[in-house]
Amino acid sequence: MFDDLRDLYQEVIFDHNRNPRNFRVMENAHRQVEGFNPLCGDRLTLYLKLDGDVITDASFQGSGCAISTASVSLMTEIVKGKTEQEAEELFKKFHEMTTGKDENFNLEAIGKLAVLAGVREYPARVKCATLSWHTLDAALKNEQKSISTE
Amino acid sequence: MTNFPIEKIRADFPILAEKIRNKPLVYLDNAATCQKPQAVIDSIVHLYSHVYANVHRGVHTLSVRSTGLFEGARTKVKDFINAASEKEIIFVRGATEAINLVAQTYGKTNIKPGDEIIITAMEHHSNIVPWQMLCEQTGAVLQVAPMNLLGELLFDQFEKLINDKTRLVSVVHMSNALGTINPVKKIIATAHAQGIPVLLDGAQAIPHMTVDVQDLDCDFYVFSGHKLYAPTGTGVLYGKQALLEAMPPYQGGGDMIRKVTFEETEYNVLPYKFEAGTPDIAGVIGLGAAIDYLNGIGMDKIAAYEAELLADATEKTHKIKGLLIIGEAEHKGAILSFVLDKIHPHDIGTMLDSLGIAIRAGHHCAMPVMDFYKVPATARASFAMYNTKEEIDVLMNGIESLIEVFG
Repeated sequence: MFDDLRDLYQEVIFDHNRNPRNFRVMENAHRQVEGFNPLCGDRLTLYLKLDGDVITDASFQGSGCAISTASVSLMTEIVKGKTEQEAEELFKKFHEMTTGKDENFNLEAIGKLAVLAGVREYPARVKCATLSWHTLDAALKNEQKSISTE
Repeated sequence: MTNFPIEKIRADFPILAEKIRNKPLVYLDNAATCQKPQAVIDSIVHLYSHVYANVHRGVHTLSVRSTGLFEGARTKVKDFINAASEKEIIFVRGATEAINLVAQTYGKTNIKPGDEIIITAMEHHSNIVPWQMLCEQTGAVLQVAPMNLLGELLFDQFEKLINDKTRLVSVVHMSNALGTINPVKKIIATAHAQGIPVLLDGAQAIPHMTVDVQDLDCDFYVFSGHKLYAPTGTGVLYGKQALLEAMPPYQGGGDMIRKVTFEETEYNVLPYKFEAGTPDIAGVIGLGAAIDYLNGIGMDKIAAYEAELLADATEKTHKIKGLLIIGEAEHKGAILSFVLDKIHPHDIGTMLDSLGIAIRAGHHCAMPVMDFYKVPATARASFAMYNTKEEIDVLMNGIESLIEVFG
């Protein structure tokens, strides 16, 4: 019935929505930033632990749609073990992919995150996918406050 | 419902024949804005093709004709809400501007530090923020009358809020997020017993029921044209003549003046005192055409048909496991706000859109209402006179299927 939506709602997204990874409060987090999308009410708190410039742990709390939950869940998995610079690079690539400006974007270069490429076709949903990464960006820049997609 | 000319009405709205993602459009976002009948579209095409010029200015033929159509629309609005005079009908951009106008003219003149303004817990942001701004400017205090979990105003609590500091009551006639129709006659009588004027935000109520401002005895009534099957950019502020006469103008400019020198300006009479600058001429004439169209069907018949639609939709949702209706007031207009267990309204909105169904997902410019129900957002299907029970079936099938997919 929802054949048109297969690109947007891939099985991986349903899976992460049902069973979000790293969904927990982090004790003694080095960074803790809140992300908020006032348009839809999505709210998340992102926690990071750092060793030097390496992200050793990432977790989150909050509520949002399937796209935003899957996005933040995937992100917490992927950034673990990455340096801050590597994470920022990923953010840049993710942003390029979801805003769809580059038609020749190489989906293989972004690995697992490619499952979220479908939002390109749904401008109203791009912010759902990028909220987590904007929050990470703020956390890495040590902005200890809430950030908003607006 | 027998006798309701639903097929003819649907044929009058060209957009209803559109396909969305290869499916017939099921338009259920009418509380956000309504679609336009051919008669309204034609009125604008006719105006720009044959009649258009500026109003209230030229002595030339087209200006006189445009002015005639424009002022004719004012008379239609006056009759539609049964105002006593055309002087009481002010054209603005929408309900939002009308409330801001009252806050910044009536409010600034009459409201002093320590005074109180009462609204309700179910207001749209447009009936909250203008009063917060006024309170900031004047030192007045905003009081909020609470509601119960059904989304009904707690009338005794409202009554208790009224005291000798209360200067204005501003309440929504029908809630956009919940569908609640407030007991406005009782609210007005109670406030008037203490000499307090009442503004009704009629943005949602106006397309769904007969509104008689003299019978209600409200002091101000505001609504937007685009929710009444008319073009965007038009709205109406109704005010009792004596109140409007005593209010200072809102914006300065052309049309709202009688005489200008560099030393002083003499303001124009009602309603022009509040209509600075060239108005939305085509929009207002389109509003007149929308009112003619609605009168041809009859607001009482529309209300009866929509009540059937709401009852049908409500009954069908009861069969869907995990669906919770937000807003179950006894007196309710044709709005169905709901949440699904573990499925976010935005996912619902995207999923239904892929089936050609347009609903709203979000906070509906009523964040305090969302906070009250402890939900970030709701999905909202809002009905108009051109919707059908078959469309409600399409909606329900869509909801059941997406619940399955999300499992």
